[in-house]
Amino acid sequence: MTTDSTITSENQTAGTDSATEGVALAWHNIRTVLKRELLASFYSPVGYVFIVIFLLMSGFFTFMVGQFFEIGEASLSRSFFLWHPWLWLVFVPAIGMRLWAEEQRMGTIELLLTMPVHPWHAIVGKFLAAWLVVALALGLTFPIVLTVGWLGSPDYGVIFTGYLGSLLLGGTYLAVTSMTSALSRNQVVSFIISVVLCLFLILAGFEPVTNFVQQIFPDASRLVDFVAGFGVVPHFDAFQRGIVDVRDLFYFASVIGFCLFATAVILQARRA
Amino acid sequence: MIEVQNVTKSFGRKTAVENVSFVVKKGEVLGFLGPNGAGKSTTMRMITGYLEPDAGKITVGGMDMAQDALHARRLIGYLPESAPAYSDLSVIDFLNFAAEIRGLRGAARSKAVDRVIEMCFLGSVRHQSIDTLSKGYRHRTCFAQSVIHDPEVLVMDEPTDGLDPNQKHEVRNLIKEMGKSKAIVFSTHILEEVEAACTRAIIIDRGKVVANGTPADLKGRARNAGSLLLTLKATSAPNGLEKIPGVDQLETLSGSEGEHHFRLHSRKSAKDTTIEEAIADLALKNSWRIIRLTREEGRLDEVFRSITLPDNVR
Ligand SMILES: Nc1ncnc2c1ncn2[C@@H]1O[C@H](COP(=O)(O)OP(=O)(O)OP(=O)(O)O)[C@@H](O)[C@H]1O
Ligand SMILES: [Mg+2]
Repeated sequence: MTTDSTITSENQTAGTDSATEGVALAWHNIRTVLKRELLASFYSPVGYVFIVIFLLMSGFFTFMVGQFFEIGEASLSRSFFLWHPWLWLVFVPAIGMRLWAEEQRMGTIELLLTMPVHPWHAIVGKFLAAWLVVALALGLTFPIVLTVGWLGSPDYGVIFTGYLGSLLLGGTYLAVTSMTSALSRNQVVSFIISVVLCLFLILAGFEPVTNFVQQIFPDASRLVDFVAGFGVVPHFDAFQRGIVDVRDLFYFASVIGFCLFATAVILQARRA
Repeated sequence: MIEVQNVTKSFGRKTAVENVSFVVKKGEVLGFLGPNGAGKSTTMRMITGYLEPDAGKITVGGMDMAQDALHARRLIGYLPESAPAYSDLSVIDFLNFAAEIRGLRGAARSKAVDRVIEMCFLGSVRHQSIDTLSKGYRHRTCFAQSVIHDPEVLVMDEPTDGLDPNQKHEVRNLIKEMGKSKAIVFSTHILEEVEAACTRAIIIDRGKVVANGTPADLKGRARNAGSLLLTLKATSAPNGLEKIPGVDQLETLSGSEGEHHFRLHSRKSAKDTTIEEAIADLALKNSWRIIRLTREEGRLDEVFRSITLPDNVR
C-alpha cells in the first residue's frame, strides 16, 4: 500500500457493496469446498462401498426383518423408515468421520484455513458435501418405492415426508459427526464418539427407555421430560405419519446449527 | 507489505514467540533463520492468519490480520512446514481446487494451473494421486499451490526441504526471481540459501529476534571477518607486520620450514586495501615471497553458532 488516502478510498468502495460481495464470496467458497470434498469421496472406492453397504442393509432390514410382505400394508413407515434411526447411526458417522479428522491428520487444515476462506464456508461446504452423499444413498433406495407402488396404492405424500424426515435425521447425525471429527485427528475416535452421541439422541426420547427410567426414579419426571426433549425419534416419527410440523423442522435445524457452531468453536480452540 | 509489530505467542506456559517485530517490503526476500523450536513456524503461522497472536499486530498489504483477514489472505501465498496436500486427490484436481478457491475461474484457472505445473516441473505427475507421489514431488505440488494466484506476499516454511540438489537450486533461483516483485519470507536451515537468495536475514532464537541485517552484515559479525590470511616464504622470521596501520593483532599460525602463516586481524572494510599494499611493500623490502594473501569474509554458520545457544544450554 502506498499512501493512507488510497487505503481509505479502497475501504470505502469495498464497504458499499461488501454485503453482496460477502454473499457471493461465501457461496463461491462453499461450492468450491463442496466440490473438492465430493471429488475426494469418490476418488477412492470408499464412497461407493459405503453406499452399496447401506443399500444392502436397508434391503435386508426391510424385507427380512421388517417383514415388508407379511405386514401387507402399502406403506413404508413400519418396514423401511422404521430402521433408519439405526441404519444412519452406523452409516452417517462412517461418512462424516473424515471431514475434519483427516484434514487435521494430513495438516491440510493449515492450508484450507489460510486460504481466503472463512471457517464457516469450509464447515458448511464440507457438511453439505457429506449430506449430498447421504441424500444420494437415500435416493438410491427408490426401488422400494416402486415396489410398494406396484403392489398396492400407497400414500405418496407420506412416503415423501418419510424421505424428508430421514434426510433430516441423517443431516442431524452428520452435524454431530462434523463436531466429533473436529475433536480428533483420528477418524476411528471421531466415529466412536459420534455413534455414542447419536445413540443418546435416539434413546433420549425412546419410550421403552423413558418408561424404564421413570419407573426407577418416579420423582425425576421433569428431568426425564427435559432429556426426552433432546430425543430425535419423536420428531422423526411425525414425518413418518405424514406430518410436517414447524416445531420438528425447528428441532432438526437447531441441532444441526448448534453442532456446526460447536465445530467452529472446537476448530478454533484446537488451533491455539 | 508485511509488518509484524511486537508480536507474542504462547502455548500454555511456554512462550514460543516473544515481542518479535520486523517489516518486509515489496522487492525484499527475508530469510528466517533459527535453531529448531525457535519460533519460525509459529511466526509464519501468525503472518498467514492460521494462529492469532496473543499480543501485537500484524498487517499484510496494509490490512490488519485480526480484522480483515479474508482480504489480506488473498494477497498471501503460503507453503506450510510439512507441505500438506490433499492425498485423496490427483495433482491436477488439487491445483484446480487451489486456483478456484483463490477466485480463478475458467480460462484464467487453467492458465494459472498450467503455469505452475510447468514452473514446478509437475507435468509428468499431473494425473497421479497425491498420496503416491514421492516426498519431493509432494513438496513441489504444495509449492505450486502457494504461487498459483501469483501472490504479492509469499510465506514459505522451509521451501527446499526434501528437494534434490537440482530442485533446491531451481527453487532458490525462483525465490530470487520472484523476490524482485513480491515480498517474500522464507525459513531455512541451509545457510547458503540465505546468501544465495535473501536480501535480508533475521535470526531468531527461543522466540526472540537476535539478529537482523543483510547477509553481508551478518557475516561481518564473525570473529574473523575482515582478517587477512598471509603465507610467506622467507629465510628468517618476518618482522614488522604487526606495525602496519590498521592491524589490530597479529596471530602467528603454525608454519613449516621456510613457510610462515599469519592472520592479521583488522576491522577495515574490504574496499580499503592499504594493509595489502603495506604488506607488499614490506615483502619487497625484505625479499619475502608472498604465497597467499586472502581476506576472510566471515562465515554465516559461525555467526549463527555464536549468537544462538545450543540445545544443551537451555
Ligand atoms: N500447537 C502447539 N502447541 C504447543 N506448543 C507448540 C505448538 N506449536 C509450536 N509449539 C512450540 O513452540 C515452539 C516454537 O515452535 P516452532 O514450530 O515455531 O519452531 P521452529 O522455529 O519452526 O522450529 P523448526 O526449525 O524445528 O521447524 C516450540 O517449542 C514448539 O514446541
Ligand atoms: Mg518450523
